[in-house]
Amino acid sequence: MDGTLKTVRLRAAVPVLPLVAFILVTFIAPLATMLVRSVYDPLVAGAMPETLFLLSEWDGKSIPREAVFEAAVRELLGARQARNLGRVVTRINRVQPGMRSVIMKSVRKLRRISGSDSWRDTLIDMDPAWGKAQTWQAIRRTGERFTMRHYLHALDLDRGPGGGIVRQKPERRIYMPLLGRTLAVSLSITALCLLLGYPVAYLIAHAPHRWTNLLLLLVLVPFWTSLLVRTTSWIVLLQTRGVINDALVALGLIAEENRIAMIYNMTGTVVAMTHVLLPFMVLPLYSVMRTIPPLYMNAAATLGASFPRAFWRVYWPQTQPGVFAGSLLVFILAIGYYITPELVGGRSGQLISNMIAYHMQQSLNWGLAAALSGILLLCVFVIYLIYDRVVGIERMKLG
Amino acid sequence: MNPNGNAHVEFEGVNKSYDGQTDVVRNLNLRVQKGEFLTLLGPSGSGKTTCLMMLAGFEMPTTGTIRIDGRSVHNLPPHKRGMGMVFQNYALFPHMSVGGNLSFPLEVRGLNPEQRRERIRKALEMVRLDGLQERRPAELSGGQQQRVAIARALVFEPSLVLMDEPLGALDRRLREELQYEIRRIQRSLKVTIVYVTHDQQEAMVMSDRVAVFQQGRIEQVASPEAIYEEPERRFVARFIGENNLLPGKVTAVEGDLCQVEIEGAIVKAFRVAPCRPGDMVTLAIRPERVCVAPDPQVYSNELEAKIEDLVFLGDHLRLRMNVHGRSDFIVKIPNIVGHGAVLEGDRVRIGWTPTDCRALEPIGEMGVTL
Repeated sequence: MDGTLKTVRLRAAVPVLPLVAFILVTFIAPLATMLVRSVYDPLVAGAMPETLFLLSEWDGKSIPREAVFEAAVRELLGARQARNLGRVVTRINRVQPGMRSVIMKSVRKLRRISGSDSWRDTLIDMDPAWGKAQTWQAIRRTGERFTMRHYLHALDLDRGPGGGIVRQKPERRIYMPLLGRTLAVSLSITALCLLLGYPVAYLIAHAPHRWTNLLLLLVLVPFWTSLLVRTTSWIVLLQTRGVINDALVALGLIAEENRIAMIYNMTGTVVAMTHVLLPFMVLPLYSVMRTIPPLYMNAAATLGASFPRAFWRVYWPQTQPGVFAGSLLVFILAIGYYITPELVGGRSGQLISNMIAYHMQQSLNWGLAAALSGILLLCVFVIYLIYDRVVGIERMKLG
Repeated sequence: MNPNGNAHVEFEGVNKSYDGQTDVVRNLNLRVQKGEFLTLLGPSGSGKTTCLMMLAGFEMPTTGTIRIDGRSVHNLPPHKRGMGMVFQNYALFPHMSVGGNLSFPLEVRGLNPEQRRERIRKALEMVRLDGLQERRPAELSGGQQQRVAIARALVFEPSLVLMDEPLGALDRRLREELQYEIRRIQRSLKVTIVYVTHDQQEAMVMSDRVAVFQQGRIEQVASPEAIYEEPERRFVARFIGENNLLPGKVTAVEGDLCQVEIEGAIVKAFRVAPCRPGDMVTLAIRPERVCVAPDPQVYSNELEAKIEDLVFLGDHLRLRMNVHGRSDFIVKIPNIVGHGAVLEGDRVRIGWTPTDCRALEPIGEMGVTL
């Protein structure tokens, strides 16, 4: 009996398996790989095992002993042979800027030397940097397989000379201000969406039935249009020689030389993203408003409440599940938004995702990109948890 | 001041049309006295709810005037009309507690917390829901919710309360219980209530007067007794209670009575409207006013009948009879003599007094407005 029941249950689970597999392969696995990459980097450790082993006994202050230099020379040349040197050097250079030229120059010279009594003297001769403790500290730190340095970097922190964690110099703090800006921009976009979307949803929800579909279509058609087309049309509208500026100049409201910069800056990002994300606010709001009978507003009127009062005390509180759902949806989408700021954000309108993309594609610092993504993911989780505490996720209505 | 003394609500020549072609309310004239319980009774689509909505201010009359306390309310929005209203689906605010719902109209009117608490306590006591202030509407039963709705409509002490089929969603037992409750409250507070229902029993239990609606018109306005005993229109006779309606032709008129020929027999009837020999009429006879094997001294109308069907209903017997070829004549006889006094298939004589038989307008005639 029990066995049959189990078989039935198993059979019922079969249709879900492809979905589970799909999520595993396309979502969970990449995410996990990414997060691992942010703390695990075996490249340097693999390329310079002996140097690192010997450095582990070093006191960290004096110049290391001859054996360390000997091993380093051998392993750097070996890495060059294995066409690995560039990647190793890039990593060391990230920890100690300037090390790229020191190492590359030295390796070039080393190729022409067959042997030496003291590699220590030879290298220090080539570049005095080899005689400095911080050079070797940098190599030792780059050699850690498991490292928090990407996260420290992403949080604008650094290891101080004593090994303790200190803040970056103010001019080198990039990521935290950017994250702060991303959160602030997402918040304003959410507020704008709510401001614009609420009346629209109200209109649709309470319009005569025959209008409902048409109005919904108007909300959805932009949704179905290519993101690029929509973004490009914003460029047409907002650019310095665009429709709006032309119109303002033609009306004499602004002078020809004072055309307003509305795109390729933060304004462009906010305007275009608000437009793109608006349906995510309107639809949850609509689905909640549709379920609120007009009866309540009538009842409030018979109790003596004017429309604004009835709206504020009776209607608005009942739409809160939709407000919460729409806001959370828009906010979380906005935090991770990439394409629109990339196209219309210019330099000042970039968000954290554009920085992640930069590290993925340009600087090839995947560890840092992963750490930034990890922090972003954490932000979303924290926001979700705060939301759950303040609002209660069960009070939300997504559809 | 208005010349009509203590008329609280007046409808004067009110018409209402939604599409500009068909009138849902036609030439409505109605006066509700202060402290009166008036029920608008009628089948669905008869215009009674539209009347209530116009009075509440949610609909505008197409033509005509509505006055409250002698003043036209044409330009007064609902929230300034100061009337309580109870809706069929309660319309309690789901995001507020019972106390919050009752407090709402008081806050709007700027009462201080002290006064609010006292009023809420009194209102809940009145509907016998003391101690449920903290509950949410969803945590209450249907009957309790409607009590809260009634309390909310009364808590700010309006002199006029509108009720739109407030008991429609409740089961029969609760409905009856609340009917008496509403009547008790109305009598003790002396508020004017305009009540809409399609349930005649509800109208009978609570009302001082009943206005029977049909197709946008008032067919008759009268006390429940008068509506039942003295219907002036065929529709009222048919809609309220049960009535045998027989088509006939007037053969003679003698004072208040007239002689009518039905299916070859001559009977006497009370004439409601003036008529002449040769006019077509409809006779209305209540089933419980028909006597089986009558004493000819009292019951001057006597007919032959055959019992075709007999149903025992406890307190009375319900007989379906064939009278002069018509087999839909219903007679109710009280269960005094016991079961078995009459049997199916029996040929009996039946009779009724002329005053229990009302001659109304015939089928198909458009009624005159009263």
